[in-house]
Amino acid sequence: MLEAGGEEYLRAGALPHMWCPGCGIGIVLGALLRTFAELEYAKNEIVVVTGIGCTGKADDYLSTNALHVTHGRALAFATGVKAYKPGLKVVVIMGDGDSVTIGGNHFIHAARRNIDLTAIVINNFNFGMTGGQASATTPGGKFSSTTLYGNPERDFDVSALACVAGANYVARSTPYHGWALKQHIKEALCKKGFSLVEVFSPCPTNYGKYNEMGDPLKMLNWLKEKGVSREKYEQLEEPEKEDYFAIGTFCDRNSPDFNSRYEEIRARATGKG
Amino acid sequence: MEDVRLIQGNEAIAAGAIYAGADFYAGYPITPSSEIMTEAAKIMPKVGGMFMQMEDEIASVAAVVGASLAGAKAFTATSGPGFSLMQENLGVAVMGEVPCVVITVQRNGPSTGLATKPGQADIMQIRWGRHGDQSVIALTPGSVAECFLMTVQAFNFAEKFRLPVILAADEVVAHARESFALPKPGMIPLVERKKPTVSPEKYSPFAADADGIAPLAAFGSEYVSHISSSMHGPDGYSNNDPENAIWRINQLHRKIEMHRDEIVLTKSYDIDDMDILVIGYGATTGACRAAVKEARKRGLKAGVLQLITIWPFPDKEIEELAKLVKTVVVVEMNYAGQVAGEVRKVIGSEIELKRVNKYNGQIITPQDIIETLK
Ligand code: SF4
Repeated sequence: MLEAGGEEYLRAGALPHMWCPGCGIGIVLGALLRTFAELEYAKNEIVVVTGIGCTGKADDYLSTNALHVTHGRALAFATGVKAYKPGLKVVVIMGDGDSVTIGGNHFIHAARRNIDLTAIVINNFNFGMTGGQASATTPGGKFSSTTLYGNPERDFDVSALACVAGANYVARSTPYHGWALKQHIKEALCKKGFSLVEVFSPCPTNYGKYNEMGDPLKMLNWLKEKGVSREKYEQLEEPEKEDYFAIGTFCDRNSPDFNSRYEEIRARATGKG
Repeated sequence: MEDVRLIQGNEAIAAGAIYAGADFYAGYPITPSSEIMTEAAKIMPKVGGMFMQMEDEIASVAAVVGASLAGAKAFTATSGPGFSLMQENLGVAVMGEVPCVVITVQRNGPSTGLATKPGQADIMQIRWGRHGDQSVIALTPGSVAECFLMTVQAFNFAEKFRLPVILAADEVVAHARESFALPKPGMIPLVERKKPTVSPEKYSPFAADADGIAPLAAFGSEYVSHISSSMHGPDGYSNNDPENAIWRINQLHRKIEMHRDEIVLTKSYDIDDMDILVIGYGATTGACRAAVKEARKRGLKAGVLQLITIWPFPDKEIEELAKLVKTVVVVEMNYAGQVAGEVRKVIGSEIELKRVNKYNGQIITPQDIIETLK
């Protein structure tokens, strides 16, 4: 099978990109564009919404419709786009800062509302762009420029949060697991309702540096060794679980999405329901 | 037959929005604007539109901007605390040149303040609430009829000039009930945003025509567009060049400046022989007019200028009228004299400026004004 490249969704002349060597963001973006190609989406029917941070820079490399907005609010903007024009393919690319730190409220509500869009959360456990500060996904005890002696707070499990908040599809992968990552993105795009692909991603420049994984290869190896299937993860003893993380699909269901429900409301209001 | 209704200001705003063609509402409830939201919830599904109750006011403006870029005529309504939350994303609407209407029904503040009582202390927030160099249009309705008419006007300005327009009502006009003859469809001309005519390959979402306004394609049309809150070039992609930043910021201001005379709306009463000019806006307009009528009975030649457009500021109109008088009186429900300060800038120090301010949650009465005219 010929592998789809996705270059047509890249803005001409935009490369090289701005991300550091060993950063996972470019890999995730590449997987998304290849998925667009596989699904044969037209550029004018895709709307990619981004917020702020290293991940928030992704829109500048795209030749599709794009909307680049404020920190943490990308999902709320995307909700307006999708609610008004349900035919559009809406994808929101966020970091852990955008999605669950400053934007946590929009994240749980977008999942609860089950708005039919795909959120891709590139979780690198810290604020990369502003110099490696702790975020809501920095694990307890880990180091960052604002937790120099260890993080006193606990981290969010982003995937679990989306599942309980009502998402129709939730999966986690890493840039190391390239093929699985693309498969998850494809399943998410094809799913009606709110879908999330969380990507545990290397930020060697900041998170890696503060946590003795400054070398890009070390970080990739960490993702490779510590990312285990859900089944394997469940079999681990409690203290071991702290060192590993589960990858794979966490929920997959078909609850009616917001627009389908709204259509019923509209029919009722006009006496056609 | 005429459709005459006894209607509340907030209901008139919702009806005005529907008349203007609004088909998307996203909001979060807050006193004293909530009736606009409940009206939108009732009407939108019936007219084929979309109503969304969002998680907060930050998300409300965000959804409005998103929907507008997908082609909607979109609006939201709020009051002081909610309007504060909206500022950052309103900046996106300014920078991304996104048509939308935000109604803020001003109440007494600061902070939670007297949540059910009127105020006019957000005039400067409306102008300067967002960070950075930016400008918006703001209108203040002085009656129930104007609540309807200025909402239609707000949509027309938003569509025409590709920007957020703020309808700055206050609790008094919002909750007043008056009988109002609803204009028949077609009686008030409606403006639709300018769409691109070039081929999709040539389209740049921020390349303005000679009139200062760039055509706007909707997401999902044959055009592809890139809209950004970061500093961007005509194509919408990030651009850090200092020259580009100058072009961009100039463009955001100039499209308003170029059409200033069309945007600035005022009304005047009893001004021909006046030697005292009373300036009011919003709910104080009625009291100003009543006070001037009473003053004339007592032999004082006073007239009224009602500011309907509050931003851009009606400086020329005030300057012209101020030349005719010895005293200017500015009437407003705030402590600092937010409009009075602007009036002072316009009239200089030669002409006497008096202020009538009330900020206890009670409306300014004709009596309050007459005391100052004497
Ligand atoms: S700072 Fe971290 S997240 Fe940002 S580009 Fe560099 S490696 Fe990637």
